[in-house]
Amino acid sequence: MLSSQSSLVMYDEEYQKIMILIERLLRESNAKVIFLVDKDGQLIAATGETENLDTTSLASLTAGNIAATGGLAKLIGEKEFSILFHEGEKDNIHLSIVGGRVILVVIFDQRSSLGLVRLRVKKASNELAVILEDLVRKTQDQHSEFQASPFSEITDDDIDNLFN
Amino acid sequence: MSFINYASREINCKIVYYGPGLCGKTTNLQYIYNKTAEGSKGKMISLATETERTLFFDFLPLALGEIRGFKTRFHLYTVPGQVFYDASRKLILKGVDGVVFVADSQEERFDANIESLENLRDNLEEQGFDIEKIPFVIQYNKRDLPNACDLEELSKALNPRRVPEFEACAPTGEGVFETLKAVAKLVLNDLKKGG
Ligand SMILES: Nc1nc2c(ncn2[C@@H]2O[C@H](COP(=O)(O)OP(=O)(O)OP(=O)(O)O)[C@@H](O)[C@H]2O)c(=O)[nH]1
Ligand SMILES: [Mg+2]
Repeated sequence: MLSSQSSLVMYDEEYQKIMILIERLLRESNAKVIFLVDKDGQLIAATGETENLDTTSLASLTAGNIAATGGLAKLIGEKEFSILFHEGEKDNIHLSIVGGRVILVVIFDQRSSLGLVRLRVKKASNELAVILEDLVRKTQDQHSEFQASPFSEITDDDIDNLFN
Repeated sequence: MSFINYASREINCKIVYYGPGLCGKTTNLQYIYNKTAEGSKGKMISLATETERTLFFDFLPLALGEIRGFKTRFHLYTVPGQVFYDASRKLILKGVDGVVFVADSQEERFDANIESLENLRDNLEEQGFDIEKIPFVIQYNKRDLPNACDLEELSKALNPRRVPEFEACAPTGEGVFETLKAVAKLVLNDLKKGG
């Protein structure tokens, strides 16, 4: 996995693969919404009924939630809790850590069940982990190329303009 | 740790406001929230106690505009300043790209500032960051109060590295955007170096 200081990078190819995978998971698990969040709280991808959902806030709180339970886990001598489940009156949230680095979030209601979600998530997680590994490898391979990316030409003016 | 998304052409960076309890971290974010145009900000989330002390974090997502065709987003977080919330502070620092240290200028908070800065150094180190290298700025807040310390004295104690420093009064916004802009600049410049 990437070290804590290197950037997470997403490319078109892997993004498409991830979207296909979570769209399939959405259908097969009868879920309402699925999204993928970096452990640091950055939203990576989302699908389903996301129109009325504040996905940015959701991503940040999801990461906070995983971080807090991860802290609890360490206190009792566990590495982490890799699956969390929150049950609501109508909607439920299933959180799982994939590849040690990314959080897969499934929101579902009575049209699905915890058993079904668990089963489908397990299968999808393995495939997702492979894509994420590819992504990490690609990021490392392209790191020298990345130096020549658009950001290497950022000027002070570009930055000043952001605040106008 | 910034997130560069070539698929959606976005850069996301994480900035953390650190400092002793009641120094004005949350007030900084509230001012930024209030003064930012509707389309450029997301919801501000505050996980706080009944008495409005930060319990876990405040979160404010900002979309500042484009650089070279990439949408530039900053995720601002504050930590809880109260000493006993140290475990939470460590979690918030994960994946940080830049830090603002908000100092409380009041004389009676002099030691609290130093203690909090030491705590920042330790917690950054635990995450594998070096406080000497990470994009870092200091804000001397509460300059409006009559019991505010001499600026030079504060700077000598808290800023030996001579990072960018700003005087502020967060409720009126004095120095607030200057501080944010300075840390954003350092973060983007870091990105430019390929970090
Ligand atoms: N006079 C004055 N008061 C300030 C200033 N900045 C903040 N305050 C006040 O100080 C109090 C605490 O501010 P917060 O922003 O909640 O402090 P905090 O750093 O988030 O505190 P914690 O969440 O406990 O870590 C509030 O009542 C603010 O209105 C300032 O520059 N001048
Ligand atoms: Mg606060």
